[in-house]
Amino acid sequence: MKLTFIGIFCCVFIVSNSVLANQNNVSKQRQKELFHIVKQDCGSCHGMTLKGGLGTAILPEDLKNKPIDFLTFTIINGRPGTAMPPWKEILTPIEAKWIAQELKKGTFK
Amino acid sequence: MKYQIQLICICILTLSLNACMNTTPDNLRATGDMGVVIERATGQVQIVNHTSKTTLAHIDGLGDLSHASIVYSRDQRFAYVFGRDGGLTKIDILKDQIDKRIIQSGNSIGGAISQDGKLVAVSNYTPGGVKVFDADTLELIADISATKLLGHAKNKDGTTKRSKVVGLVDAPGQKFVFSLFDSDEIWVADFSKPQYHITKYTDIGRAPYDALISPDGRYYIAGLFGEDGMALIDLWHPENGVKHILKNYGKGDKKLPVYKMPHLEGWAMAGEFAFVPAVGQHKVLVINTRTWQQAGEIKVHGQPVFVMAQPDNRYVWVNFAFPRNDTIQIIDTQSNSLIKTLKPGKGVLHMEFTPRGEHVWMSVRDENIIQIYDTKQQQLLKQIPATHPSGIFFTNRAHQIGL
Repeated sequence: MKLTFIGIFCCVFIVSNSVLANQNNVSKQRQKELFHIVKQDCGSCHGMTLKGGLGTAILPEDLKNKPIDFLTFTIINGRPGTAMPPWKEILTPIEAKWIAQELKKGTFK
Repeated sequence: MKYQIQLICICILTLSLNACMNTTPDNLRATGDMGVVIERATGQVQIVNHTSKTTLAHIDGLGDLSHASIVYSRDQRFAYVFGRDGGLTKIDILKDQIDKRIIQSGNSIGGAISQDGKLVAVSNYTPGGVKVFDADTLELIADISATKLLGHAKNKDGTTKRSKVVGLVDAPGQKFVFSLFDSDEIWVADFSKPQYHITKYTDIGRAPYDALISPDGRYYIAGLFGEDGMALIDLWHPENGVKHILKNYGKGDKKLPVYKMPHLEGWAMAGEFAFVPAVGQHKVLVINTRTWQQAGEIKVHGQPVFVMAQPDNRYVWVNFAFPRNDTIQIIDTQSNSLIKTLKPGKGVLHMEFTPRGEHVWMSVRDENIIQIYDTKQQQLLKQIPATHPSGIFFTNRAHQIGL
């Protein structure tokens, strides 16, 4: 019984990991689109160079202490009470995570 | 022989001088039908002529032009370009060159020119406030710091943050009016005397994000992001303070995420009705300007960004926020109904009408073109290439209050 349970758990673990691995690959074409969205549409509040506007600055030095998961969550769900909207209708969580990672790297500068 | 050579030399010199100068009698150029288009990604502007529908020149080196805007000197010769990086550039559109350029702050959002044309004001995010310059020399005349934000994190340099300033316009009586996004205020700066004077209105409503002034310069209205409604000041009766209008608007409605704040520049009016973009809803609101009550609403394709009336006010043209920004809709101001939907292409950012309104130019950012339509049949007349065009500004703005 116990073994079966561990077996199922392992299977689920392996399957979910492989699904995630696949989804982690944001296609080159989609990366190009996301790059454009970050520069132009995030840029309409955060500034096209991302150094801030009505929205906060989101350059790597500004995000130093913000974990990738926190940034991903913020992109997907927005920040209630501020002008930051939830982007979940536009972006998948994997895409949001890709943006969060690249923001921290300074890719969009 | 010697004289012949001299004569030929003089002739060549005269001819080449003539060819070089813009101001020879055959080559005079007036500026009343010209304009400047922002090409934001490349830090360039394009100087255009809206009679010949052509590009006259490109000027580069203007820095970060995302969200850049322009005002004109009253002689319509100089364009003041307000860049996002705090750059203020004075362009001579007769000579196709930069006359002066300064970096006046770290992060700015727009500007205005005074009633007498002698002062240019810039509203800044960082450090929050308004700076006023001599329109001729760009020398600093006044530095107005916005309200300090004590509960907030400090600036990177350790100084206390100040409220960001938005919605800066000129008003009659040599005044500038502007809104403070973080401290919920509207300030009126009066420059009619040598020592300027500021009147502050506080608690005007949460998070004013942009503002407009009516074409007669009487009403200043700030849109509020943090709550429903708008804040209004009657500048003929400033003693009456701020009136909160349309406050029931949006109650009970589930708002959509706002991916792009609407712009309140331009005051679309027909008779006693004004047309304004709703925030977070696929609607244009109709307001009765006698009662300041909502008189109606028009369902549209997306969240409106610019709601602009033709100069004759017969039709109102609307563009939309991402992701629906490939569309323009046209509203008949008599029946408040949609008459046409256009699909110019991805990223329609701005529109500008010719002074008497026979044509409208629109920038289609992602297609790298400017499109020109006639306003009667709404037919595409011509396309002009431009690199990621955003704002289009014609020189007739020089003589309009608030623009």
